[in-house]
Amino acid sequence: MDLNPTAEQDQLIDAFSSLYTKESSTERVRAAEPLGFDEELWDHLKEIGALEMAVDESSGGWGATMLDLSLVAEQHGRALGAAPLFESQVALRLLARLGEPAKELLRASLAGEALTTVALHGPTNGSLKMVPAGAIADRVIFLDGDKICVGGTSQRVIIENLGSMPVADVSLGGDVEVISTGAQARDAFEMLFDEWFLLLANALVGIGERSIEIGVDYVKERKAFGVPIGSFQAISHGLADAATAMDGSKLLSREAAWSADVMPERTRELAALAFGFSTESAREASYRALHYHGGYGFMLEYDIQLFFRRAKAWPALYGEPSKSFARAESERLKKIESGV
Amino acid sequence: MDFTLGERSDIFREEARAFLAEAFTPEVKETMHETGVHHNWDFHKALVEKGWLAPGWPVEYGGQGRDPMEMLAFSEEFQRAGAPTYGVGTTIMVSSILRHLGTEEQKQEFLPRALRGEIIIVLGFTEPESGSDVAAAQTRAVRDGDEWIINGQKMFTTNAQEGDYAFMLTRTNPDVPKHQGLTTFLVPLRQEGVEIQAVRTLSGERTNLTFYNDVRVPDAMRIGEVDGGWDVMTVGLTFERSGAQGGESIRLLEEMEEWVLSAHDDDGNPRREDPDVLARLGKAAAENEVSSLMGRRSAWVHDTGGMPGVEGSMGKLFSSEALTRQSGDFVDLLGADGIRSQGDPSAIQGGAADYAFRFALGATTYGGTSEVQRNIIAQRGLGLPRAK
Ligand SMILES: Cc1cc2nc3c(=O)[nH]c(=O)nc-3n(C[C@H](O)[C@H](O)[C@H](O)COP(=O)(O)OP(=O)(O)OC[C@H]3O[C@@H](n4cnc5c(N)ncnc54)[C@H](O)[C@@H]3O)c2cc1C
Repeated sequence: MDLNPTAEQDQLIDAFSSLYTKESSTERVRAAEPLGFDEELWDHLKEIGALEMAVDESSGGWGATMLDLSLVAEQHGRALGAAPLFESQVALRLLARLGEPAKELLRASLAGEALTTVALHGPTNGSLKMVPAGAIADRVIFLDGDKICVGGTSQRVIIENLGSMPVADVSLGGDVEVISTGAQARDAFEMLFDEWFLLLANALVGIGERSIEIGVDYVKERKAFGVPIGSFQAISHGLADAATAMDGSKLLSREAAWSADVMPERTRELAALAFGFSTESAREASYRALHYHGGYGFMLEYDIQLFFRRAKAWPALYGEPSKSFARAESERLKKIESGV
Repeated sequence: MDFTLGERSDIFREEARAFLAEAFTPEVKETMHETGVHHNWDFHKALVEKGWLAPGWPVEYGGQGRDPMEMLAFSEEFQRAGAPTYGVGTTIMVSSILRHLGTEEQKQEFLPRALRGEIIIVLGFTEPESGSDVAAAQTRAVRDGDEWIINGQKMFTTNAQEGDYAFMLTRTNPDVPKHQGLTTFLVPLRQEGVEIQAVRTLSGERTNLTFYNDVRVPDAMRIGEVDGGWDVMTVGLTFERSGAQGGESIRLLEEMEEWVLSAHDDDGNPRREDPDVLARLGKAAAENEVSSLMGRRSAWVHDTGGMPGVEGSMGKLFSSEALTRQSGDFVDLLGADGIRSQGDPSAIQGGAADYAFRFALGATTYGGTSEVQRNIIAQRGLGLPRAK
């Protein structure tokens, strides 16, 4: 067992963390609102290789592991990065899995010619609802029954939302193309969900941990009744619980990402568990940190609200945590029945 | 990063499983449930035969020199099985203190006997008037030549009825700040002046109220310096909190999963197809994975030369609170059937949910309550100021 990142992983973390420090301060995050897209940040991310790292050499990338991507996701979450990192990465990986029929779109997406995203829900009445990065993407990949399709995004309505994310409802036009069908398509899309869970779970670790840091700093300084409010157990115990849960989130989310490369037979379960657990823990952490700011926490001027809104909104694009817990449990029961 | 425990741990885990399958017999289980005593002499002897009372100890002291990761795998298996290990646990914890702080004579007198399984040592910290504030102990020890005379009461002296010695915290100087007037002793329990009274608990676990009336203890049984008892306790309490976490919850979830695979609701629908049921079991699975990772992290910190202080507190807090939540939720999930008691032949999965619902409340209390753990995490982990 070794819970420390390797030297290379530390380098990766450092590289991204200094990028985010420069290009994703909370001033920048605010400036990108309400749309939630900081084009300059996105250019820097592409420049440092955030797209190429998602797919391996044979697909034109440099093949980072799921754990590497997750460590970057954690930094993205800490900085509340206003850029379509996760959408792009899981889309690229999906295209790479689909091989030949997706080759041209993969090339164009990697080259930055087409910003390609994924829809987390299939079409209803000819429209994809709440498409992540739908407001800025050129192409959207979605699952329709057992077909993986790609459509354009010109018929979109941008949706203002809790997390200030560039989300849109996209109406599908005549330009929909089917790139995979049948069991292969379904399996490839299931894996996309696993990867979405891993990236989001680790991003939420970043959001939750940063929220606690902000909360702890505040309650050490702020005084009431002549003492720092952090000395009241009602506050310190709430933060201790939240910090414990975030610690657990981090261990679980990293283990889940690690498993993708080392014991993939556990990944479907662990990724869904990590997503559900991080969703609940980060929401609680940001809620407590905000509440312990008193009235100031309610003011837009204080940064904690930026974290509180995103902790709730980022995972909500997929759905509530119970949905992923149920997915994980189905997987566990399948294994019990087959005697694994 | 690497989340595996390593090959040596895997092998030792298999050995532990094989041992449990043989030595943790239905009879041992039955006796445990009937008496509420989480110590069993037959099981204890079987452990001795394997050399497994303290496999993590150096060979020269009677151990097997197992590393912390092997020990973690070992204790995960014992915890998950629910094996009776309180007696061995406290005996080895106190023996570890002796190994680090005892005199040469004490080591020679007690360690071999402890490791041969001849004696059980129990913990006498808590008193009727002090628990979390353990340093407020009032049980008095007064020097009389080469002996000490002890008077007072201890509360929750678990396994005293099986035990040979109590590792006891006493007050030797009432006139100085409370932490500076404490001394620890190994007090022989089978002697005049010691009275043991059974205390019944919510889960059926047997514990005791113990009384000490002019009990004489030779000075040779004193551990550490006179009035230096707090230093001894500091060492002891860190031994208490590292180690495997979440075993009870993992066992409970296994029972619930076995149940759900064949359960139907009143309309005949399989319960495993109900997303709400799946979500509740899945959430417990997430918490259990977290508990077990926290236990493993503490072992890893230990293995890499650190002391798992805050990490140990987090694991203890999280796993015991998770068990409390889950067991309550599972009793709800089973509906009216959920309250059929363990031991009743009609109980679902042997009444595992009902039992855990009772048991969990002890787990959030002994070994330092949840509030005590939160204080440690807030102060030492987050650097928050102490409550006034
Ligand atoms: C089944 C069982 C077995 C046990 N076995 C043993 C044993 O073998 N040997 C032994 O010595 N003891 C044993 N104990 C005792 C156990 O360690 C104590 O019960 C525990 O430390 C709490 O002390 P207390 O019961 O006096 O509660 P108190 O300390 O009176 O606490 C009451 C409540 O106040 C809270 N509280 C106390 N201090 C603070 C604080 N500073 N901040 C916030 N909240 C606080 C507590 O968390 C708790 O909720 C056992 C207990 C149980 C239930």
